[in-house]
Amino acid sequence: MKHNHPLAKEGRERERESRGKIPIHMMEVCNCIEPQWPADELLMKYQYISDFFIAVAYFSIPLELIYFVKKSAVFPYRWVLVQFGAFIVLCGATHLINLWTFTTHSRTVALVMTTAKVLTAVVSCATALMLVHIIPDLLSVKTRELFLKNKAAELDREMGLIRTQEETGRHVRMLTHEIRSTLDRHTILKTTLVELGRTLALEECALWMPTRTGLELQLSYTLRQQHPVNYTVPIQLPVINQVFGTSRAVKISPNSPVARLRPVSGKYLLGEVVAVRVPLLHLSNFQINDWPELSTKRYALMVLMLPSDSARQWHVHELELVEVVADQVAVALSHAAILEESMRARDLLMEQNVALDLARREAETAIRARNDFLAVMNHEMRTPMHAIIALSSLLQETELTPEQRLMVETVLKSSSLLATLMNDVLDLSRLEDGSLQLELGTFNLHTLFREVLNLIKPIAVVKKLPITLNLAPDLPEFVVGDEKRLMQIILNIVGNAVKFSKQGSISVTALVTKSDNRAPPDFFVVPTGSHFYLRVKVKDLGAGINPQDIPKLFTKFAQTQSLATRSSGGSGLGLAISKRFVNLMEGNIWIESDGVGKGCTAIFDVKLGISNESKQSGIPKVPVNPQPGNFAGLKVLVMDENGVSRMVTKGLLVHLGCEVTTVSSNEECLRVVSHEHKVVFMDVCMPGVENYQIALRIHEKFTKRHQRPLLVALTGNTDKSTKEKCMSFGLDGVLLKPVSLDNMRNVLSDLLEHRVLYEAM
Amino acid sequence: MDTLVAQLQRQFRDYTISLYHQGFLDDQFTELKKLQDECSPDFVAEVVSLFFEDCEKLIGNMARALDQTGNVDFNLVGSSVHQLKGSSSSVGAKRVKGLCVTFKECCDSQNFEGCVRCLQQVDIEYKSLKAKLQDLFSLEQQIVQAGGRIPQVDI
Repeated sequence: MKHNHPLAKEGRERERESRGKIPIHMMEVCNCIEPQWPADELLMKYQYISDFFIAVAYFSIPLELIYFVKKSAVFPYRWVLVQFGAFIVLCGATHLINLWTFTTHSRTVALVMTTAKVLTAVVSCATALMLVHIIPDLLSVKTRELFLKNKAAELDREMGLIRTQEETGRHVRMLTHEIRSTLDRHTILKTTLVELGRTLALEECALWMPTRTGLELQLSYTLRQQHPVNYTVPIQLPVINQVFGTSRAVKISPNSPVARLRPVSGKYLLGEVVAVRVPLLHLSNFQINDWPELSTKRYALMVLMLPSDSARQWHVHELELVEVVADQVAVALSHAAILEESMRARDLLMEQNVALDLARREAETAIRARNDFLAVMNHEMRTPMHAIIALSSLLQETELTPEQRLMVETVLKSSSLLATLMNDVLDLSRLEDGSLQLELGTFNLHTLFREVLNLIKPIAVVKKLPITLNLAPDLPEFVVGDEKRLMQIILNIVGNAVKFSKQGSISVTALVTKSDNRAPPDFFVVPTGSHFYLRVKVKDLGAGINPQDIPKLFTKFAQTQSLATRSSGGSGLGLAISKRFVNLMEGNIWIESDGVGKGCTAIFDVKLGISNESKQSGIPKVPVNPQPGNFAGLKVLVMDENGVSRMVTKGLLVHLGCEVTTVSSNEECLRVVSHEHKVVFMDVCMPGVENYQIALRIHEKFTKRHQRPLLVALTGNTDKSTKEKCMSFGLDGVLLKPVSLDNMRNVLSDLLEHRVLYEAM
Repeated sequence: MDTLVAQLQRQFRDYTISLYHQGFLDDQFTELKKLQDECSPDFVAEVVSLFFEDCEKLIGNMARALDQTGNVDFNLVGSSVHQLKGSSSSVGAKRVKGLCVTFKECCDSQNFEGCVRCLQQVDIEYKSLKAKLQDLFSLEQQIVQAGGRIPQVDI
């Protein structure tokens, strides 16, 4: 092929220089060679095409890179890419430009070619240098990526584990909830086994409970199979001791007796077995303020078996689960036990309550029946008794032969005795019920003692027993108490002294006791304000009492004497009754004796009130008959609008001896009232407060308290508000109309004594 | 052998007891009798006659008040009833007192027909009591004249 262009010449020249060499790459050499080889043209064509394709590829690669890099969000080496891209582009450019150099080309093409090549060289060198730095980085990225992948896998595994554990924990919580939601022992244990079996996918789960004797463990509960009844193992096996010795779950051999629950039926690889102890806390183990000590405990044994032939192993977390469950079961069982106990106690209490109630009702019925009987007996028996006694006494007064007289005396004595006996019994039963009340009154203590002595003297004289009476000089003369009963007590004691003495003297001492005197240790006397404690000592030198018998003395119907002395009569109730009376008087009674034949001393203390009205002893007590008024000449003012009731009130007061002035209105009252009037009775029946105002005006009029008359309201109302109104207006008392004579008398005396009265409603 | 005195005394006793049982008198009357003694021998008679005078006066007031048809002053009537109640309870006129209670209620509720009815009943009642007491007193006088003592009647 002949080319006629400028480079062709050059090319031809160069070719001539290097004849024989046709480098394929010297594309820029214009192959103005005559086609010696037609193959050359083919080769050139191929080169041309390849160059073209290379160029295309070289141009498309960066485009792809750019496209994908743009797509990816993060790519740290953009600059490198740019470089790379530039390098490739330039390479591509070079190859592209090469296309023009196949044919003869101008100098500009050559220039461009050269520039492109130079640039390409620069860039590629730069890239090469850059890559030296970059490639290690890229490689390390890869390593890191691998590392992270591993880590992620690991975390995945761990998470899987945690999830399993959480599952298990949930199971435990649910199990605990199930267990604790019931208080029935069997349910608790069954639920435990079932849930455990489910959670841990066990083949078998069993519970061994200690027997009553504590020497054996009995198979009580199994999960899957029916167990033979009374299948026991002795408790002292080493494997059992090992399990009981620790609170952790222990792996035991599947061949140990506690684990061999089902006949080994050709399974060669028995699943692993774990056993754990379950403390059985008994009620008695709980001491108040103290936690139960776990040293003396009974345990049950829980055995868990993994499925055979499964190659499963007990994991740590599963063991922990088992331990936790065992604890929970123990707690639940103890709760159940406590509940059982308390329910049993409650049932027992209820039974006892019912029984007590019944007993109480029976006792009440009995008491009522007895009281009715006594009341009837009292009345029905006393009447003929009195008749007998009265008539016998009368008979005694008539003319009798000595035999008749003897007979009548015997009749009299016996009936007196019977009467006394009846009285004693009646008194005692009333005393026991507590229905007896002391009848308090003022009396002369000295006289009382003398009277008692006078009564006893005849018998004492007959028995030749001198009696002496010593009254302490500070013994009050006039006291307040139950005269009759006190006399009864003293009579009884002195009478006993006389009865049981054959010789010697009897001394009766009465004194005011102070706290440092000898007294039984459980009783201390403290003289309070207007009260004092009277002590009476009766000493005799008679039969004496065995110190052992002393406590029995005060019991009813007990007699310590022999049959001979029994003839002296008496029911044995005397001391018992006396003791009851003494107790009613807030006192104490006891007997001291040095022994049989050495006499004895009876001592009692009673509380009496000191009376300050010594003059009153002279006046005999007159019950309700009209008394000449203590109010003689007492000046009173009566204010009442109603003429009739005014007249009635006036009549009442006049009858009591007062000097009465009447007024019919408030103003008149204020005008008339003076310091001479001791009491003003005002009628406040009319509704409204005008009547009460008068009270205030009277208060104002008399500023000195002792000059002011006492103000009493007469009203038809019994309610509290009236009372309160009166009090608030400064009235000293309220009376309900119509007033009876006795009422008025009592009211006046109370009023004058205390200067205030708020009863009599 | 019943003497005149004994007869009269028995009559007196029976009559007194019947008065109590029929509810004409109550315990307050007994109290009044207690106040009668040598110093005031006619105390009961005086009080009782004062009471009847009071009744007449009060009933007259009330009748006049209730006559003012259309303009009845119930307060006035009420206060009169109150007075009457007080008087009757002071002497022991049980029935009169009971009627006064009912009367008071009618006044408080301003029941005109009720008041009129009550007033009529009170009038009848006090007059009958007056008659009975007069009989009793005349019996007493007869006993005294016949030379006997007035017996103490325990109810």
